[in-house]
Amino acid sequence: MIEIVGLRKRFGSVTVLDGIDHHQEAGEVVALIGPSGCGKSTLLRCLNWLETPDSGSLHLGDVRIEAGTPQATDRALRQRLRRRTGMIFQQFNLFPHRTALENVMEAPLHVDRVPDAEAREQAMDLLSKVGLADRAHHRPSQLSGGQQQRVAIARALAMKPQILLCDEPTSALDPELRGEVLSVLARLADEGMTLLLVTHELNFARDIAHRVVFIDGGRVVATGPTRAVLDQPEHPRLREFLGLGRRTAIA
Amino acid sequence: MRRVQSLLLILLAWTAGLSSTAGAAPTPEPSIPQVLRWANDAEGGAPYIFHPAEQPDQLVGFEVELAQALCDRLGCQSRFVQFNWANLIPGLRQGGNFDIIIAALERTPENLAQVAMSRPYFTFGQQLVTRASDTGIRTLGDLAGRRIGVLASTLSHRLATRQPGLEVRVYDENVNYFRDLELGRIDAVLTDSPIATINLQGRPQLRRAGPAFAPSHYAIAVPLGSDRLLFHINAALGDLIHNGTLERIYQRYQLWDAAQAGLASWKPEPHETTPAAGPATTIAPNGTRPSPSTGLTLVTETSGSFGISGAIGATSTAEPTAVGGSVAPRPKAGLGRTLRYLPILLEAAITTLWVTLASMTLAMTCGLGLALSRCYGTPALRRTAIVYIEVFRGTPLLLQLYFIYFGLAQALGWNLPAGAAAVLTLGLNYAANEAENLRAGLEAVPRGQTEAAMALGLSPALTLRRVVLPQALRISLPGITNDLIALFKDSSIVSVIGLVELTKEFLIRSLDAGDYLGLGILTAAIYLAMGHAASAAARALERRLQP
Repeated sequence: MIEIVGLRKRFGSVTVLDGIDHHQEAGEVVALIGPSGCGKSTLLRCLNWLETPDSGSLHLGDVRIEAGTPQATDRALRQRLRRRTGMIFQQFNLFPHRTALENVMEAPLHVDRVPDAEAREQAMDLLSKVGLADRAHHRPSQLSGGQQQRVAIARALAMKPQILLCDEPTSALDPELRGEVLSVLARLADEGMTLLLVTHELNFARDIAHRVVFIDGGRVVATGPTRAVLDQPEHPRLREFLGLGRRTAIA
Repeated sequence: MRRVQSLLLILLAWTAGLSSTAGAAPTPEPSIPQVLRWANDAEGGAPYIFHPAEQPDQLVGFEVELAQALCDRLGCQSRFVQFNWANLIPGLRQGGNFDIIIAALERTPENLAQVAMSRPYFTFGQQLVTRASDTGIRTLGDLAGRRIGVLASTLSHRLATRQPGLEVRVYDENVNYFRDLELGRIDAVLTDSPIATINLQGRPQLRRAGPAFAPSHYAIAVPLGSDRLLFHINAALGDLIHNGTLERIYQRYQLWDAAQAGLASWKPEPHETTPAAGPATTIAPNGTRPSPSTGLTLVTETSGSFGISGAIGATSTAEPTAVGGSVAPRPKAGLGRTLRYLPILLEAAITTLWVTLASMTLAMTCGLGLALSRCYGTPALRRTAIVYIEVFRGTPLLLQLYFIYFGLAQALGWNLPAGAAAVLTLGLNYAANEAENLRAGLEAVPRGQTEAAMALGLSPALTLRRVVLPQALRISLPGITNDLIALFKDSSIVSVIGLVELTKEFLIRSLDAGDYLGLGILTAAIYLAMGHAASAAARALERRLQP
């Protein structure tokens, strides 16, 4: 389903991704964890080419891109890649001048040229699915943060992505609003959606992720089934990150 | 982006073309056209060309009647073309807008070098006017160190400039220097004798200082080389002089005197075309300038307005109302009288409106191209946009207008109609402002918006059109609205190339009506109404784009 080999990315003199390998099956839910600045968000943004990796290869469904080759600058290829990925941003990034419904309809209408009635019906279904059918005609500024993020999820799903990339989807939300977003994501996971999420919600990761990838210093330091990684961490950096390092040192 | 590029190329081509010295295309020699378009500036005022206060929709004056009589004689239709007085000669040389000038153009070597001129239709002298209390002043020489008012580009202007020690104030029309003289802003006025005659009526605090001097003639101007047209005009003018038509017209305006009678025997002699260099030459003292006893008297009419009536008695066949009411002192302006000008001002406001809207459309189109070039263009495109913005923002609008209207015609033979030149100038000028307004908007749209659109698979063009631009526009809108309202007012600048828009109409009419207050308020109200409509529309648009 998704296969990343040797992905590298530098910002000036700083190496952010230092040869990342990652493999994920369809229907698999993977949580990316790691300290701030470790490169996990950059990795996610490289997967839909919002950031251009310097080298490495990316294979997603029927799209294969070798970074650093002329082929990687092909705009049509990039469009195809984005067509197959959906992205959920920390700050939601809804279009403020359009209603919830229009936000969801935007890409099907103008990228896939779906007829208006069909796009509308599909968008209403998706809004119902995230529990916001009654907010369809509200502008983002009239919605709570949790509602906005749910609209953003519906917007991403409207393009029927093969994988949903979630970049800290609940970090900008008050604790009481996180639940509604997390439950929508959990339901998607149950339905078999492939999810790659960057998150600090370890309990949530424990609940829905099949696998956890721990990144530090631009490298995959530890990976494995969720419970193994989170409950029996072996790598010292991972233990430190999970707040276990010091306890063992004291013990 | 390609559109932007080609626009910029056109601009570059201009600049390149201007440095080459392509001459204007030679004017083909016209014979008598079916419709003879004659130019004058209605701001010229009485007795030349003016709207009588009683009938503001009528254009009268001895030059208006002369033009009509001339066209009748030539067997063609007469069409008046309004043109800014100071630009009449360049306008005629450029061609396209009108065929001849009948606008008190003096038959001087300076003018004859630029246009061909007919035999004279009017003889006049230079009259010095001062305040009645300044009895010591009789000649220009007595005015050393003092301020004198003259009309721009006239013989009076040249004579005053030639006289050492004078502080010369240049006016655009014929009436306000008399007001300034009364108010003590200037110490004397040097003007053509008919202007002095009509404006001294009802101004007892002013007087003629010495006799008229430096006799000169008004003549009709045609383009150089239009020999056949000139021949026909001379013949027709000769007929009007000999058959008494000219005398009848001039009698109606109390302008007929011995000097005008001398027009019949005029011969083009070399010395005649050279104006007297100084104040030494005076017109034959007998009857050449209207003395108070044979001149005009003011009568009060039942309507309460003042008119010039035929004090010359039997010779006058004029209906007094046709020429009356155009000189000070003015009757008290009533509301009803002022409101009579409303339809006229509204009609002029239509010109203001279309010039403004067309210019703003052009400005937004070019401004968007410039802003996109500046924000997303290649380095070369970016630099070009910056240069464009700096040039158009950093040079005066008036200069740009002259450059586009007269400069392009001279250098490239691009003879743009006045309306097109006006819209082009204002549009290109405001494009620089709108580009910066839009750039501010584009840069203020959060980066996350572009990322969200791209992540959904929207192409860069779609992202710009559907996501970034609507949000940028909302941010830019207050600045753009400001500029639109400023443009309503700035559009008045186009009157210098002959468009009669609201401000010019106000200037013409307030001069005729002698009512700056009432018409000023009326004009201001029309501007305010247009500006208010613009800001209301902007607010509605802003609400629609509101998140």
